[in-house]
Amino acid sequence: MSQGSVPLFWRLKKSKYNLIGTKCVTCNSIFFPPKTLCPECRSKGKLEEFQFSGRGEVISYTVITAAPEGFEAYTPYAVGLIKLDEGATISGQIVGDASKLDIGKRVKSVFRKMYEDGSGGVIHYGIKFEVDGE
Amino acid sequence: MTQKRVAVIGAGYTKFDEHWDKSLRDLATEAGGKALADAKMEGKEIQALFVGNMSGGRFIGQEHLAALAVDQAGLTPIPATRCEGACASGALAFRKALLSIQAGEHDIVMAAGAEKMTDIKGEAAVAALMGAGDHEWESAIGLTFSGLYALIARAHMKQFGTTREQLAMVSVNNHKNGALNPLAQHPYTVSLEDVLTSTMISDPLRLLDCSPITDGSAAVVLASEEAVKKLGIENPVWILASGQASDTLALHDRKSFTEMAATKFAAKTAYTKAGLTPEKIDVAEVHDCFSINEILAIEDLGFCKKGEGGKFVEQGKIAIGGERPINTMGGLKSIGHPVGASGIRQIIDLTTQLRGRAGKLQVNGAKVGLAQNVGGSGATAVVNILGVE
Repeated sequence: MSQGSVPLFWRLKKSKYNLIGTKCVTCNSIFFPPKTLCPECRSKGKLEEFQFSGRGEVISYTVITAAPEGFEAYTPYAVGLIKLDEGATISGQIVGDASKLDIGKRVKSVFRKMYEDGSGGVIHYGIKFEVDGE
Repeated sequence: MTQKRVAVIGAGYTKFDEHWDKSLRDLATEAGGKALADAKMEGKEIQALFVGNMSGGRFIGQEHLAALAVDQAGLTPIPATRCEGACASGALAFRKALLSIQAGEHDIVMAAGAEKMTDIKGEAAVAALMGAGDHEWESAIGLTFSGLYALIARAHMKQFGTTREQLAMVSVNNHKNGALNPLAQHPYTVSLEDVLTSTMISDPLRLLDCSPITDGSAAVVLASEEAVKKLGIENPVWILASGQASDTLALHDRKSFTEMAATKFAAKTAYTKAGLTPEKIDVAEVHDCFSINEILAIEDLGFCKKGEGGKFVEQGKIAIGGERPINTMGGLKSIGHPVGASGIRQIIDLTTQLRGRAGKLQVNGAKVGLAQNVGGSGATAVVNILGVE
């Protein structure tokens, strides 16, 4: 089963493929994934697009060996909580040698294939991370 | 505001297992029948039904489950409502049943939970469970629930020095208890070595850190104080307080990755309403979907200081006969985790303890019990406190 429909990915193209989140110009909070409501400023908030650099730090990570449907062919793969330099934390796969991973490692975003919807289906791409400077 | 007193007056759950020969409707009807028999009722006394179910749609292609349950129970036309909060669906159904009595709408209601998870293959069940996470930003990158809790585990180990062995001791404790529970899916003991050498699932979590995929159903009958008197119920277990709270859907949006703010808030609400402190809890059922989550629960429910949950387990304080017996009938780990049913199953196991009917698993003198049920990676938490006297 697909992890998402084509319309879903089309709607998310700015954020999912380009790391564009949002910033509340009222309180300067930044959000990734993007929000359409600032939870602090509420109706007084004003959200604008915000481009993230894609650089950040590993807060925690795991190596998944028991995958959900659709990801079986890719095990083992590493997934981390990545605190982006601009502030927000996101979940992302981390490519490369998992034995070199550690909490606190610097990472940067890379554009990679995520998975395929079977042999004749859509190939899904997205942002992953790799250890920075090695 | 003084709230109406409400009691659990009937309780029962099916064997938790891979029930290839039983459907969700069979299991739900069986559990409901057990709860009614325990309450010495035929069924026509029930005025409303609340059903906890996470994902009938993805597991068996069936939605509209409250209607199915009330139909199969032969109790139409009473109102039937499905409650969904992922793995906390059962406790939500219990809480909504409680509130419906406190609101004065009903006197006698049933809260049930059911899930049928083994009709689809394991990978599909893992994907269906991820429906409890953030579909756009967690499921889409291949995260699983074992993966999310592994992220929590590693952060907790780094921040507080929680050890791999301490995580394993949670499973050892819960299986030791579950070995004596005939309704458990995995009623056998496991050793520390068994856990530490079991198949890796999401590093650092291994197979025996994870609750299994299970079919099962659980049901309780609740009644107002007036109904308890009228019916002449001899052993009511009173609901002293109920608290519910929410947090961000995705783990990555949390302020902390080593605590569950929703558990803390729900617990604080429940303790305040009941006028109790954590020290007064004689026995607890906590949401051990993964070993690390029992350690978080021990801390977030206030049984020890933040960061000391691992040590608390290692010192044997969660054992029957210990300072704070936890998951005395086996927990999600040994009994199994039919996600929509677990929250009700916890209430039933507490009820058994508080009635003094737990046999070899009895916590001597247990008067007050607490149940904590969690949805997803902590986006929903429900804490209920029950007591006798």
